[in-house]
Amino acid sequence: MSFQTGKGINMHFGGLANYRRLFHDQTVGKALGNTFIYLIIQVPIMLVLALIISVLLNDKSLKGRTFFRVAIFMPCITSLVSYSLIMKSIFSNDGLFNQMLVHLGLSPIMWTTDAFWAKVLIILSITWRWTGYNMIFYLSGMQNIEPSIYEAAEIDGANFMQKLNYMTIPLLKPIILFTTITSTIGTLQLFDEVQNITQGGPANGTITISQYIYNLCFKYTPNFGYASAVAFIVVVLIMLLSMVQMKLGGKENQ
Amino acid sequence: MKKKNIPLSILKYFFLIVLSFLSIFPFFWMIVSATNNAREVNVGKLTFGPHLAENLGNLFHSDLSFGISLGNSAMIAAVTTVLALLLSSVAGYGFEIFHSKARDRVFNILLLSMMMPFCALMIPLYRMFSMAGRAGLRGIGLNTMFSVIAPYICTAFLIFFFRQNTKSFPKDILEAARMDGLNEPGVFIHMYMPVMRPTYAAGAIITFMTSWNNYLWPLVALQEPQKRTVPLILSAMGSSYTPNYGMIMAGIVIATLPTGFLFFVMQKQFVAGIIGSVK
Repeated sequence: MSFQTGKGINMHFGGLANYRRLFHDQTVGKALGNTFIYLIIQVPIMLVLALIISVLLNDKSLKGRTFFRVAIFMPCITSLVSYSLIMKSIFSNDGLFNQMLVHLGLSPIMWTTDAFWAKVLIILSITWRWTGYNMIFYLSGMQNIEPSIYEAAEIDGANFMQKLNYMTIPLLKPIILFTTITSTIGTLQLFDEVQNITQGGPANGTITISQYIYNLCFKYTPNFGYASAVAFIVVVLIMLLSMVQMKLGGKENQ
Repeated sequence: MKKKNIPLSILKYFFLIVLSFLSIFPFFWMIVSATNNAREVNVGKLTFGPHLAENLGNLFHSDLSFGISLGNSAMIAAVTTVLALLLSSVAGYGFEIFHSKARDRVFNILLLSMMMPFCALMIPLYRMFSMAGRAGLRGIGLNTMFSVIAPYICTAFLIFFFRQNTKSFPKDILEAARMDGLNEPGVFIHMYMPVMRPTYAAGAIITFMTSWNNYLWPLVALQEPQKRTVPLILSAMGSSYTPNYGMIMAGIVIATLPTGFLFFVMQKQFVAGIIGSVK
């Protein structure tokens, strides 16, 4: 279908026309750029945070473990649309967060009308929603690690950081790989949050590929052929990134 | 034994308390805001107000028909869950129990389809359903319940989930049941299904939640106002020029109730459903 061209339902074969248009389309560049910014900044922050929390919560002597676990996991019960709207209301231009900034004597931040802060807001929101989700994977992975190997390491005089670096992280590698791949796929498909918090604005400053595809199909005059060509990039990207990550992560496991 | 590092452990608790607060605060905000009017939400009022009834009234009497959407969402989520569990459990069971040469190859292709982004599937799906609708098959075209449910009743994730869990299923009892003259569907219904009840519960939670919260596909497939689901209505309310946040928050509270209930009542299965894929 990505080779077809035309408006709405009148489609005919157009050769590589769609792909030629792809290279000159600035919005595609912008959407790809934004998606990569989300990917490169948000995914590592979230996964590292999730890992730190799980290491802390895996400590049996910690008081209130269940409470912390439930609290940090709670964001996962909200739907993507709901939490997007909650975030939008907290961070609206004269909303709660800016009121707090003003009270502290700081100047308010134009979260939704400034392209930079809008991206920050999207990243903050996604991190809020998905950190607990990834934490659950790490925690369940850590529970499968035999406590005896830690005891052995302690007898050998390993400190906390050494245990983390040489034992926990290598043993969790398959799970870290899994969460990296799912988070990457999720970020490349990002739609609900951006659609509901900023609608891609200001001036396509936060637009993602999925959203551009949606706009091409259902917001502007429908052009399914070209939209398919854009969608094809996402498929290729996901395949490539997943392959790279598996290569990097799986090397020592083989 | 071990020396306790007091400043470090204070730091640890502080960090966790701050994170927990940040995680829970938006819930508090949502509930508080549901009792305040739009203006109060806009200025960031953090105390409970008397406007809950008014917000609910607005919600159910607005021309966006929130009540109807609740019914639509419940119906779609329930039907999807039942059909998806039935089909995927049969498929997962088949993949694990029956041996054939092509099995692993087919299964790998299935897993590969999990990586297929929905935004790429959406276009052919939309065209398919709109063609079906135009061809006179009115029950299965766009704007029907069928079009929302059909793409989700057989997902690679759920088949994978059932197959993984079937690995620990005691296969001897299948042989025993066959010896006793039970036919294959009988074996599945009387032996497999009762044993796998926890897996069904976890699968049901995850499917129900996905369906209840789904946004992009219903947004594409359901364009008639009367057919819309809860997330679509909430999103429409939120994108208006001056969103009435009091009313929206009341709607969000209602939309979060079913998943919140599932989470607190069936926490174990809930978590099992989420981590099911990395076993």
